[in-house]
Amino acid sequence: MKANCWYGKHDMRVEEVPDPEILNPHDAIVKITSTAICGSDLHMYDGFIPAMEKGDIVGHEFMGEVVEVGSEVKKVKVGDRIVVPFPISCGQCFFCQKGMFSLCENSNPNAAEAELLWGHSPAGLYGYSHLLGGYAGGQAEYARVPFADVDHVKIPDDLSDEQVLFLSDIFPTGYIAAENCDIEPGDTVAVWGCGPVGQFAIQSARLLGADSVIAIDQIPERLRLAKEKGGAETINYNEVDSVVETLREMTGGRGPDRCIDAVGMEANGHAHAGQFTYDRLKQALMLETDRPIALRECMLSCRNGGTISVPGVYGGFLDKLPFGAVMNRAITIKTGQTHVQRYLQPLLERVQKKEIDPSFVITHRMKLEEAPRAYEIFKNKLDECIKVVLKP
Amino acid sequence: MGTALQRFVAKENRERVVTGLGWFSIGLGLAELLMPRTLSRLVGAPRKPLLIRALGVREIAAGVGLLTQPKPAPWLKARVAGDAMDLGLLGAAFFAEDSRPARLAIASTAVAGVTAMDVLAAQDAASGTPPSGRGVVHFEHSIIINRPAEELYRCWRNFEELPRFMNHVIRVQASEGGRSHWVAKGPAGTTLHWDAEIINDHVNELIAWRSLPDGDVDHAGSVRFQPARGGRGTLVRVEMQYRAPAGAAGAKIARFLGQSPEKQVWVDLHRFKQWVETGEIARTEGQSAGRPRSTSRKYDDLVRA
Repeated sequence: MKANCWYGKHDMRVEEVPDPEILNPHDAIVKITSTAICGSDLHMYDGFIPAMEKGDIVGHEFMGEVVEVGSEVKKVKVGDRIVVPFPISCGQCFFCQKGMFSLCENSNPNAAEAELLWGHSPAGLYGYSHLLGGYAGGQAEYARVPFADVDHVKIPDDLSDEQVLFLSDIFPTGYIAAENCDIEPGDTVAVWGCGPVGQFAIQSARLLGADSVIAIDQIPERLRLAKEKGGAETINYNEVDSVVETLREMTGGRGPDRCIDAVGMEANGHAHAGQFTYDRLKQALMLETDRPIALRECMLSCRNGGTISVPGVYGGFLDKLPFGAVMNRAITIKTGQTHVQRYLQPLLERVQKKEIDPSFVITHRMKLEEAPRAYEIFKNKLDECIKVVLKP
Repeated sequence: MGTALQRFVAKENRERVVTGLGWFSIGLGLAELLMPRTLSRLVGAPRKPLLIRALGVREIAAGVGLLTQPKPAPWLKARVAGDAMDLGLLGAAFFAEDSRPARLAIASTAVAGVTAMDVLAAQDAASGTPPSGRGVVHFEHSIIINRPAEELYRCWRNFEELPRFMNHVIRVQASEGGRSHWVAKGPAGTTLHWDAEIINDHVNELIAWRSLPDGDVDHAGSVRFQPARGGRGTLVRVEMQYRAPAGAAGAKIARFLGQSPEKQVWVDLHRFKQWVETGEIARTEGQSAGRPRSTSRKYDDLVRA
């Protein structure tokens, strides 16, 4: 089959590889009909995710038709059309049974490695480094799905791929980001980053009762989408002296009640040239692994007693975080990889009830073979690109 | 507190550093004892052969202590005290008439570097657990499993099923009277054989065993099953002790086992948990990849082995 593989920084190639096989009794094999590139895939593309090996098949947002099941698979049948959540979760351990699927204790065969870096290991993920299991991903024609009975949602025929594909990651990720805010009536929610996760966080904040949303980015078309589809007020951080000051002005000096960092480890900041240069330099010297510019702004902006929710991916060690602001101003921080399995059914129902059509973020539809070019377009935000869907 | 793996790596490094410092002491001591004048010239100090020879005796004593005594901490402290003495003497030498300040400066820098290593190693040895005796490796690991103790005991007591989750064990044959025959992967494609007997067996609580004489492996171990705090499943605790076998072949086996017996138990316990909680062991061996091997030698095979 054809699969998009990582060979190094800015080096993705679509290669002919062996078809996946059933390796464990709870596995299923899916013939992929749609797969997407996630913003978090760009962290690998840019070489910031450790423990990658040449030839790793990447991608963790995929769906398709079940073509083979293992001997112990009970709930999924050949022919079923399913969306696969990006965390691999056993459904049996302490965390899975508490609904914290992205913290599954059994799915990461390289847990020892993750423990060295993070103290404890989270779940294995598709195509997201050997630190998280070294599983082959879903930017391919076929994929092996371990624990298929737990890790799927069946899709009715009347919904298109594009309406449901993002149940695999970015829709639940934006949704849990808003849910983690504990939004109260009257709240103002500020969202850093208007990529796909930011867009879903904006929409979800509205669904969960936010009074108003302020979206922060530098890219005009993304800010426009946040305004048009999410009803957000916008801040282009390149056009203001200080995001923190602007937010203070917009909220009568109090700060946004809830802040969402949908940016993560590779924050840009042409307007914060000093901070950007500082963090980029420390990253290059391996004195810091992440550039937490957005997170610092969240910490300084959030209103006293408010909440910061972090769906943006961070990898390691962050520098110059104003934690004194967090402690003294009683700010709550919530974060984590998304417990996608918990949201599959409820969010599918919202799509069926037409409360939201997740396909609004798609700007590019390309062939799987064009994946390397698609990464380049997405990475450099060329051609007003917001989200790419690949068709095998 | 670090993870078990970190402790394991730290322990290995510590032993290497202590051995290195021991040989360094003996080397320097011999030089001081046998050619005190040359050495004085080298470091730019005034000629005092008797003093230098005395320092040589001190170095050799510390080196022998480090290499032969099970607890390195007091010998490392002796080295730190000796370093302080050397630095003091070198400092005093700057004021002597027949000294060479440039050479003294270089020598002082070198001694300061060694002092730093000695101080670090001494601190490390004082904080770490002392080895439990020559050639014996002792370690323990625990894990919480989301299943009742009865089920876990039953699963473990059925020795012939253990290779399902014990990575290095090829097969186990149980026989009468709590005895069993074990075959495991050995160094360079060989196999290791030994017999074991159960020495303690409390239903649903504890199994303890030891190997019988004349096997390739000399070890004893136990596994305990206790209710975890708050009724959250069962706490499984494994304790193991390995002793290095005798002879040249034994040394090879010891090196092989010594590579990572502690990590091996960690890995096996996690695989045991996967096996009883989910009915399978998480794996990617055999999956598709854009390279000849399905897994990464560096990031998968070494971590899981």
